[in-house]
Amino acid sequence: MIRTRELTKRYGSILAVDGVSLDVRAGDIYGFLGANGSGKTTTVRMILGLVLATSGEVQLLGQPMPRGGRKALPQVGALVEGPAAYAHLSGRANLALLDAMGAGGVRRTRQGRIDAVLEQVGLAEVGRRPVKAYSLGMRQRLGLGAALLRQPRLLVLDEPTNGLDPQGIREIRELLQHLHANGTTVFLSSHLLAEVEQLCTRVGVLDRGRLVLQEDLADLQAPTGRTVVHTPDYDRAHALLDGRIEQRDGDRLVVRGADPAQLNAMLVSDGIRVTELGPERRTLEQVVLAATDTSSHQVGVTR
Amino acid sequence: MIAVELSKMLRRPRTWVTILLLNALPTLVAVLLAVTDLGPRPGSGPAFLSAVLADGTLFPLAALAIILPLFLPIAVSVFAGDSVAGEAQSGTLRYLLVRPVGRTRLLVAKLVSVIAFVLLAVVIVAATAYVVGSLLLGDQPLAASVSGTTLTPEQVAVRTVLAIGYITLSMLGVASIALLLSTLTDSPLAAALGALAFLIASSLLLTLDAAEVLQPYLPTRYWLSFVDLFRDPIFWRDIVRGIGLQAVYVVVLLGAAWANFTTKDVTS
Repeated sequence: MIRTRELTKRYGSILAVDGVSLDVRAGDIYGFLGANGSGKTTTVRMILGLVLATSGEVQLLGQPMPRGGRKALPQVGALVEGPAAYAHLSGRANLALLDAMGAGGVRRTRQGRIDAVLEQVGLAEVGRRPVKAYSLGMRQRLGLGAALLRQPRLLVLDEPTNGLDPQGIREIRELLQHLHANGTTVFLSSHLLAEVEQLCTRVGVLDRGRLVLQEDLADLQAPTGRTVVHTPDYDRAHALLDGRIEQRDGDRLVVRGADPAQLNAMLVSDGIRVTELGPERRTLEQVVLAATDTSSHQVGVTR
Repeated sequence: MIAVELSKMLRRPRTWVTILLLNALPTLVAVLLAVTDLGPRPGSGPAFLSAVLADGTLFPLAALAIILPLFLPIAVSVFAGDSVAGEAQSGTLRYLLVRPVGRTRLLVAKLVSVIAFVLLAVVIVAATAYVVGSLLLGDQPLAASVSGTTLTPEQVAVRTVLAIGYITLSMLGVASIALLLSTLTDSPLAAALGALAFLIASSLLLTLDAAEVLQPYLPTRYWLSFVDLFRDPIFWRDIVRGIGLQAVYVVVLLGAAWANFTTKDVTS
């Protein structure tokens, strides 16, 4: 759906995006992670043909960008760096205008489609109010509605939950999951690890303009081959497991061995009390932190 | 796309407020003339104004001559300066471009919308002035040409239409400057003021003898030549030069605007 090859953007002496090769496949919910200023938005803009790459290529739905935008973009819905609308017009009028602007917005079905997306994003009640009376969260929903208006095959969303309350974030997450289940591919750029962890099937991590990681989330979170045990009887467990304990943090032990059931049986048969037990999995945060250098967290170096 | 852009222009409160303001000054002038009956001496003051006390139907031309030097260029600069930069500032430009709307098409639609605005403004000012002039000012069918001979109402009507066309073309020159600046900056204010600065510089140089070599090429040089349409016979020389000069400005500036806009990074 999106494929970039050695995509690079240079602003003067600053290398904003440096040799990024993304591969977003049909059916993915792709989480594009990176700190603020890591080059996410510039990459998104190059994918959509807004910013022209210094070197490298972008293929969007099989079309080279920006040249093939006329063919590819009508099947793409996008939310780039916050929503935007004409403030003196209603949300409904904004959607109608945008739909009438380009190809693929069939006039006959327009009102019906607008009703449907306003319902989907939860703005059905306020669609006729002028946008200047909207809250940030409502504007965000309107922007999402605009992206959904022509039932795109691919959604490119830059920070879609910005400005939403927890309830709104959950609604948007459920909406995206629903769209994904119906065959829409989603490319989601975010700096919120939790959001990506809950939603995405695949992640790419950008650090100072370079893609440092691109993998399926399930693989990243696969069991590490170790088991985590919580027990108040440390000394007896230590004696029993002799040498298999790799870490201890109070009651929490990290034990070598990928079979929690076997370990549990062993501990219990020896009368050792177990309060909690399970295979160790890395969190997305650990993965991302391991992939990016610690220096990237110093503001100022970040670019 | 062009139709949508036009409907956007017409649905914008700013469009109508601007046109209302453009009508305010000529109407005020008409009221003052009617109340005081003090016209400027023939040959002084804005063109045609001395004649309207006798024949109110000439007031549309006087009204256009009143707004042409400053009011209309300000309105056009603000409008054209806002066309691309305003979309950039509000963030809607990126959504238009990924809709997708081709960059060339967007620029053409903006240009058409600016032309439509100028025509609309000029026609409404002329129409309002005709009504105001007929009601408040003299009703002797004088219909005098600037040269002193008499023009038939048909001749006046045809020449008024020509004058509106000429003024629109002159304003298109202003619009081209503002549109170019509008593609260079994300601030509509900077684009409008930049275009105005250009016009003010041009007007200033026109008063300076030392700038004589430049004067035939200054954009404001032939603006008021539309008055020559009402000489008998029509004095074409300056009008033709004015048309040629504006055409060059329009082509060069719009070409630059196109070249810039179609290759620029949209980061707004």
